[in-house]
Amino acid sequence: MVDRTIENFDCGHRACGGCGASAAVRMILKGAGKNTIVVSPTGCLEVFSTPYPETAWKTPWIHSLFENASAVASGIEASLKKQGRLDKEKILVIGGDGATVDIGTLCISGAFERGHDFTYVCYDNEAYMNTGIQRSGATPYDADTTTSPAGVCSTGNNRPKKDLPQILVAHGSPYVATATMAYPMDLMKKVETAMNTKGPCYIQVHTPCCTGWGYDGAKTMEIGRMAVECGLWVNYEIVNGELTSAKKVKRVPVDDYLKAQKRFRHLFKPVRNDAEIAKIQAIADKNAKKYGIDIE
Amino acid sequence: MEGSIAIAETVRLCKPQVIPAYPITPQTHIVEGLASIIADGRLDAEYICVESEFSALSACIGASAAGSRVYSATTSQGLALMTEVVFNAAGMRLPIVMGIANRAISAPLSIWNDQQDSIMMRDSGWIQLYAEDNQEAIDMHILAYKVCEDYNILLPAFVCFDGFILSHVYEPVDLPTQELVDSFLGPFNPYQKLDPKDPISFGMYATPEYYMEFRYEHDQAVHRAAEAIKKYGKEFGEVFGRDYSELVVGYKLEDAETAIVAMGSICGTVKDAIDEMRAEGKKVGLLNLRCFRPFPSTDVAKALAHVNTISVLDKNVSLGAKGAVAIEIKEACYGSNIPVYDYILGLGGRDVRKRDIKKIVELAEKGEGDMFYGLREEVL
Repeated sequence: MVDRTIENFDCGHRACGGCGASAAVRMILKGAGKNTIVVSPTGCLEVFSTPYPETAWKTPWIHSLFENASAVASGIEASLKKQGRLDKEKILVIGGDGATVDIGTLCISGAFERGHDFTYVCYDNEAYMNTGIQRSGATPYDADTTTSPAGVCSTGNNRPKKDLPQILVAHGSPYVATATMAYPMDLMKKVETAMNTKGPCYIQVHTPCCTGWGYDGAKTMEIGRMAVECGLWVNYEIVNGELTSAKKVKRVPVDDYLKAQKRFRHLFKPVRNDAEIAKIQAIADKNAKKYGIDIE
Repeated sequence: MEGSIAIAETVRLCKPQVIPAYPITPQTHIVEGLASIIADGRLDAEYICVESEFSALSACIGASAAGSRVYSATTSQGLALMTEVVFNAAGMRLPIVMGIANRAISAPLSIWNDQQDSIMMRDSGWIQLYAEDNQEAIDMHILAYKVCEDYNILLPAFVCFDGFILSHVYEPVDLPTQELVDSFLGPFNPYQKLDPKDPISFGMYATPEYYMEFRYEHDQAVHRAAEAIKKYGKEFGEVFGRDYSELVVGYKLEDAETAIVAMGSICGTVKDAIDEMRAEGKKVGLLNLRCFRPFPSTDVAKALAHVNTISVLDKNVSLGAKGAVAIEIKEACYGSNIPVYDYILGLGGRDVRKRDIKKIVELAEKGEGDMFYGLREEVL
């Protein structure tokens, strides 16, 4: 049962107004429960939450480098085990998509293969936001970023998102899930489940970024819901390799979700790019079929 | 006993609780030895078979921050891969001890000995100790934990020993008893740790208003380590009967006219060469640098004040400049007017013999130095 009174992520940090990641972290820590040690790789979260000598973290927290959070977590786990603390304390990594699906993948793969008892939560804002909205392996197809700019010869990022959850399922992870900060109860419950599952668990959380995606910060929750409602983001759980839940929706076309964000505006102006929008719709359709999310 | 096994047995005596390790020649016998020791129940520690050296040291950071004494060992390419973590671990002021079986750096690939690997970490803020023989290699491991864990120091340390020349050589060592090591070292008592009862944030970022002060305090700690090594080195001598209260050790240096400065196992060869040169009437002595960081400038200047010529043997080279040790020695002797000649030698496992040492002394006497010594002209 999630203890919603837990407030381990304090106010006063330096996140942008409307930051999806900061709201997600507050919920994630509620789901994680007391006695949680947090590891954060370098990124937006680390920078906006810990400008020395201030910290937003009311639970033990450590940042080492950009790509090594899982290895640091491995060391913490081994240390707690040796000290007889692992039955009372838990380890949670919270890192951005750049630190997770790109630069930190080797460390994640190693830690998951070794089977350390920890949970890795990726707050996925779909680009390197801390450094100024550069493309990552989690950037969706056709998104305009500063390193995958739309232009006369480009419709933005030319590759689909890397499917890290499935890669970690292949590692034999006992619990892999996706969630979004737009569905707080689902997110908190999944974090709680992961933290109470022995072994390395992974949750990828959709966290809209008003600054990087180009929308009014008041609409973060709305954007998060739209992603799920159009099928470009699917909330699911995979337990011991088996799909056990996927949020069903009465799916709407991807158009409204895309139109709401400046990162996709080149698909509509100066003229609507039907061919590219159809490709994005095909990604949503494929997701829907794969996870069986359509309400008939 | 083989050097690597002696080191593994000594690490056992230091009772680390977490050992993240990744194999690399010529460090392998150490991590294999430790794995066997744990498998046989002779050390109660978590051994993590990490997927890279980068993760080995990263896991050391996590385990140390969580409150455990940790150990790892590496060399060469492994140390190079760790680079970012090396600097980070030091900046986080975690008392990690890591063995370095010194080896050359690629390219070209070489698995053999020189000291380029640890030298390239010169500016990382780790303590760097260099062993002449396997007895020193094991003693320095125990001493390193004592120094690193001092609340006035809180730094990581490399214990450097020449790959193959020490790591794979069999020689007698006095392995201390558990009782003595326990009495000298005691259990790990971290200055601060990741603990839900007292939540603190490790590794925060520093704005320009704070960054320089962090670096200054780190630098001060490395400087302070010189006195700590001397203090605990003396205590070590009282407990174990082998004194480490000096960061530089002279051999027949008191009346020497020509001084050789060297680090690591080459000092043994130099001593033998000196004995032979002394028999021929040549007043040659050795200054063995046991500690490269902190660099004992004052001790070096004092020990070398009376000599006419200084020959530095560098098993490394700062390409485009000189050997790293020579650069430091020149700085230490600045203003003394004693000529300092640098000899880059023994790179990538090139053997250095007594006759080479004698030849170098002859070159120095003729004023010829600042060179790669022993090049095969025919393959250039």
